[in-house]
Amino acid sequence: MTRELWKGNEAIAEAAVRAGLEAYFGYPITPQTEVLEYLSRRMPELGRTFLQAESELGAINMVYGAACAGVRVMSTSSSPGVSLMMEGLSYIAGTEIPAVLVNVMRGGPGLGNIAPSQADYSHAVHGGGHGDYFPIVLAPASVQEAIDLTVLSFDLAEKYRSICMIILDGSIGQMMEPIQMPEMKPIQRKDWEWATNGKMGKRERRILTSIYLDPYAEEVTNLRLLERWKHIQQDEVRYKEYFLDDAEFVVIGFGTAGRVALSAVRAARAQGIKVGLLRPVTVSPFPHKVIDELVQRVQGLLVVEMNTGQMLEDVRLSVKGRVPVEFYGRLGGVVPFPDEVLSEIQRVASSRLSLEVNPREEWFERMMAH
Amino acid sequence: MVTTAPNNLVYERPEGFTDTPTHYCPGCTHGVAHRLVAEVLEEMGVLDKTIGVAPVGCAVFAYNYFETDFVEAPHGRAPAMATGIKRVMPERVVFTYQGDGDLASIGMGEIVHAAARGENITVIFINNANYGMTGGQMAPTTLPGMKTTSSPNGRDVETQGYPIRVSEMLSTLDGAGYVVRRSLHDPKNIRLAKKAIRIAFETQIRGLGFSLVELLSTCPVNWNMKPVDALKFVEEKMVPYFPLGDYKLSAGAAQIKI
Ligand SMILES: Cc1ncc(C[n+]2csc(CCOP(=O)(O)OP(=O)(O)O)c2C)c(N)n1
Ligand code: SF4
Ligand SMILES: [Mg+2]
Repeated sequence: MTRELWKGNEAIAEAAVRAGLEAYFGYPITPQTEVLEYLSRRMPELGRTFLQAESELGAINMVYGAACAGVRVMSTSSSPGVSLMMEGLSYIAGTEIPAVLVNVMRGGPGLGNIAPSQADYSHAVHGGGHGDYFPIVLAPASVQEAIDLTVLSFDLAEKYRSICMIILDGSIGQMMEPIQMPEMKPIQRKDWEWATNGKMGKRERRILTSIYLDPYAEEVTNLRLLERWKHIQQDEVRYKEYFLDDAEFVVIGFGTAGRVALSAVRAARAQGIKVGLLRPVTVSPFPHKVIDELVQRVQGLLVVEMNTGQMLEDVRLSVKGRVPVEFYGRLGGVVPFPDEVLSEIQRVASSRLSLEVNPREEWFERMMAH
Repeated sequence: MVTTAPNNLVYERPEGFTDTPTHYCPGCTHGVAHRLVAEVLEEMGVLDKTIGVAPVGCAVFAYNYFETDFVEAPHGRAPAMATGIKRVMPERVVFTYQGDGDLASIGMGEIVHAAARGENITVIFINNANYGMTGGQMAPTTLPGMKTTSSPNGRDVETQGYPIRVSEMLSTLDGAGYVVRRSLHDPKNIRLAKKAIRIAFETQIRGLGFSLVELLSTCPVNWNMKPVDALKFVEEKMVPYFPLGDYKLSAGAAQIKI
């Protein structure tokens, strides 16, 4: 198959189409708008549903409705828009129906800016909307991976009747890379046993709701969601590893931070530093087990993120104080350069690391000293 | 048990209803509105292909009562959910059932844009001049001077603004095919309301755009009134402020004869 040059956002849109996307609802927001614009041409051409909603509130609830009907449906947005969608996401989670949402993250809080950021990690991974639920969250680091994960996201969402979110930053959304598109799949509308698509003389009526007035019934629902989450944690953890076999130090980063870190790790290897990279692809479920295994054979970890250390907390949960953890973060839409990460690797590899220090505070002091 | 000879039977549960008794307070006209919708869907023979969208409000459990598929929307978002359903299944009948807090306050954005897009859905809009479910707070439709738990001295329009006349407002939108206001305060008006509900669903089935029937409704419990007094309040106080009538009757909808 030939490789073609595609822009991240448009590649995600086309990948979704090829995965059988039947309906798209969205609202313009940079740096995500190309998905909406692309699908505004592509979906009608295929006789599928495209609608620019009045707001992200509207968009996510249109997704909710179409998801109840049992079709493959998606929305895409960027940070402020995803904040507005959190109500709908919580309802979708509580109703236990599949839906895909892409967040092309930008700098925040507030209106922030339109530069690449990873500051919505916690917002995505730890729920964001109200109530107890566990979204699946995928974090691509290249245009090709964004395509592959888009296709996967529909399968995961349907398999677990769950929200599947893809978080990427604006740089992946905007960059052009040579990629391979998947084959076009024909639309196969499945007759899900839960879909509210009309009785049509075939069955009893169905109800889809997220309401459980009786606390005991809600507790049963919460437990069901948790049980499902345990299967997801068991079977769906995905990550990429680089140079880990003999690594004494390991950098951990997702998405663009992981990609930048890989260049730095290669450069460090060229200098003889035994360093590797772990790049979580599913940030939820988080690769706790892999980190747990790594901790038993490495001298220290360096977490690199484009936020103030949101994933760092999850890493520390797996490390449980057994090896020193260091942190390097850039904020507000600033993407770290490989050189910066390289000097962090050099620092970590050459200093006496301590288990006692708080990595975020140490990093904060270094940042403020600059 | 009392049995009725078939030829004396004048009133029975419509097929559009499930066997579940409704949870509404005595004298509340939500139940009347439900019945009208159930009868219309049954008479049109569309129960099998209808999907209802319940609101957040006293009608949150509407999904328990209709013999159709049902979903339950976040507060105010029913028109957006209905849009999602209708767009992927245009041959189905899709309706929302919403209160005035749900539709005219938190969900104002969703309803206006559904109407503006000419979304082929039907909206049953229950205007009872307050937030019934949460215990009778002020709604966008609360009359000037009307006492509620959050306007204890009566709605002061200087600080709390004026009531919104939803039907009039939506009628200005080109996407609206059929927008009318009816009342449930007496049998004659109930019959007229039923006819309007029928035309609204016919509007949808014929693809003539957005349809909405606003129903002036009672909330005797939160109004602190006996059911009969509440009906009188609708007739004497609400109808003058919210005049009954056809606010948008598109050429297509005007052709519908039933
Ligand atoms: C986002 C959100 N805000 C507030 C509420 C609380 N709430 C539940 S019902 C309701 C008002 C419903 O009033 P209305 O739509 O007029 O329906 P009625 O009960 O009068 O039929 C409110 C404010 C909620 N459930 N969700
Ligand atoms: S609170 Fe009011 S609107 Fe709600 S069921 Fe009771 S009477 Fe009806
Ligand atoms: Mg009300």
